[in-house]
Amino acid sequence: MTSTTEAITGGRLMVELLEEAGVEIVFGYPGGAILPFYDELYHSKKIKHILVRHEQGAIHMAEGYARSTGKLGVCIATSGPGATNLITGLTDAKMDSVPILAITGQVATDAIGTDAFQEADIFGITIPITKYNALIKRADDLARHFEEAIKIAMGGRPGPVLLDFPKDVQLGKTTVRKASSLKIAPHHYERPKVKGDPQEFADALNQAKRPLLYVGGGAINSFASAEIKALAEKANAPVTTTLMGLGAFPGTHPLSVGMLGMHGTAYANKAVLECDYILNLGARFDDRVAKYQDFAPNAVRAHVDIDAAEFNKRINVDHILHGDLKDAIREILPFVKGGDRATWIENIQNLKKNHPLDFDNSGDTIKPQDFLNRVYTKTKGEAIVSTDVGQHQMWAAQYYLFDKPNTWLTSGGLGTMGYGLPAAIGAKFGNPDKTVICVTGDGSFQMCIQELATIAQSKLGVKILLFNNNFLGMVRQWQELFYEERFSESQWTYNPNFVKLAEAYDIPAMRIEKKSDIDKGVEFFLKDSGSALIEVMIPAEEKVFPMIPAGKSQQDLIEFKDLGKLKK
Amino acid sequence: MKHTLSILVNNHPGVMSHVSGLFTRRGYNIDSIAVGVTDNQEVSSMTIVLNGDDFVVGQVKNQLLKLPDVLKVQDMAYASSVQRELVLVSFSINESNRSEALTICNGFDVKILEMTEDSLLIEFSGNSRQVTNIIAVLKPFGIREISRTGQIAIAYRNQNAV
Repeated sequence: MTSTTEAITGGRLMVELLEEAGVEIVFGYPGGAILPFYDELYHSKKIKHILVRHEQGAIHMAEGYARSTGKLGVCIATSGPGATNLITGLTDAKMDSVPILAITGQVATDAIGTDAFQEADIFGITIPITKYNALIKRADDLARHFEEAIKIAMGGRPGPVLLDFPKDVQLGKTTVRKASSLKIAPHHYERPKVKGDPQEFADALNQAKRPLLYVGGGAINSFASAEIKALAEKANAPVTTTLMGLGAFPGTHPLSVGMLGMHGTAYANKAVLECDYILNLGARFDDRVAKYQDFAPNAVRAHVDIDAAEFNKRINVDHILHGDLKDAIREILPFVKGGDRATWIENIQNLKKNHPLDFDNSGDTIKPQDFLNRVYTKTKGEAIVSTDVGQHQMWAAQYYLFDKPNTWLTSGGLGTMGYGLPAAIGAKFGNPDKTVICVTGDGSFQMCIQELATIAQSKLGVKILLFNNNFLGMVRQWQELFYEERFSESQWTYNPNFVKLAEAYDIPAMRIEKKSDIDKGVEFFLKDSGSALIEVMIPAEEKVFPMIPAGKSQQDLIEFKDLGKLKK
Repeated sequence: MKHTLSILVNNHPGVMSHVSGLFTRRGYNIDSIAVGVTDNQEVSSMTIVLNGDDFVVGQVKNQLLKLPDVLKVQDMAYASSVQRELVLVSFSINESNRSEALTICNGFDVKILEMTEDSLLIEFSGNSRQVTNIIAVLKPFGIREISRTGQIAIAYRNQNAV
């Protein structure tokens, strides 16, 4: 172990290690068991601490920060209830592969296991929902654990790690400031060498007449957008992305067919049925996309992923490349030939023309799709958009075209209501010069609504687009279509006055209800760099289309124009 | 089909939870699990027996290798490895069947650890099938207590001589 002569406290060392790791911002909430760390943080000039209103807010902010910047997100909580409030965010980050370091306080080592005040076995609780976690029992072990945890969080397939620090470890003195050796094997954090045969891989693509690229969140994590664009253009292959992959390939590119899956575009889902070769780039054949083994039934299937455990997990594939996506595509590219795929491209264009994203915009009510279109136009597609979970999330995915990676923040795997507002806050802290919009619904918004205070306190310019239908919209949609309109507990018979509520937090707010007010609303909402809330009243019966009913496959896609058939 | 996985892990607290927790949350059932430290104090060896087809075992292996504390995972083919488990059995005897019990013990290479007027405490090691057999044979005497270690395994050096 490397030692210096001067002993410092564990808490001091924690702050110094965060500084050395380049951490500039942390999101947290103090409490008894983490006070020694907070006392040292008080002196730090390099680390900005954002005081949240709930620990769930802290971790979602760290997620929004991490996903919009590509950096490590850090959140802090005290022991017991502070730590357990991180659970949802940790699970979310695990499902969506977000690099998060969660630091928790713990009761003193001699009190562990005694049911002490504010004690929870957070190490045991978070085993299944972290990529790695540890309880640090000695100040001398602190440096090694920090380095291991950060490397694991950022390396390979990223994910959340949690370090639990007993109070006496934060107070204890140590001279060990650097990890002289790591106990974890390099393959857990180093960029692995690409395994597989890139030439054979490219040959299958070259032979295809109707290839389709299927791009997932891994493309964002490996910063592979430029490579994917080069591959698509060289191979002349259309590109569809998952919900997590939005922005990894420009949504406005002629080869883009948008999102696929349960609420993906009809043309993307039809392209999946028709393609003869599907190349999965950093997606995981998620069950909302690939329901059955007959996914892409006419296609040779190929898969590139950094996580070997994803191969053949849900869908069997014919060709595998294991490694970082960026590296893998770079290795494939030289072998890729530009085939003549005019017929296929024309076919795709026809699908786009005949099966467009569609909704009924007649009448005087405001349609969320229309409103999102206008927001897209007004922001020139350059905003960072976070969402909560539900109908508004799918409308945003469909009607805001993402051209750049790290601009789309949504809870894909876990589907966490309450994610949107704090994620937007985290993103704004990471990208102060960009417009950050939180698209939310009246249900989701109320799950982390207390973080409005965090916006107000930091005078943060976060834009909140609240679609209000006085319902849990997606629940209502399912109840209408599949439960014979029995709207069991999906209606809000009470909602607060959201405009007054926002104003209580010094956030300018406005409600619009009529289509003729849309321009005024968009103008108000985006007029300056400050925060604002626009509450858009939308019809409760508005639905998300297309849709593949749960448990069905691409063949069973329902488009807007099929709605009449469905109701019979 | 039963598979035996031999897993090398870092020897520190919580690793066992990480490994067994992985089985729980992925819905795989562990038939037996045996753990002991190796000649290297930093490394423990785990032997896990599980029931599943090649797909399940492949998934388990891949998921295990993602845990930072897992160093190596080996799927032990039955024919090319030694597999053993130890069992301690205490069972009832009486005057009329004592000699029958002792004959069985001799025949099966069983070690007698304690004999009282009305009971025998024995130790036996073998592969899982043999252990199950000896328990079945002793059952009619009236079993008082059983303790099984779970299976441990090690691969033969010469993998060609099957």
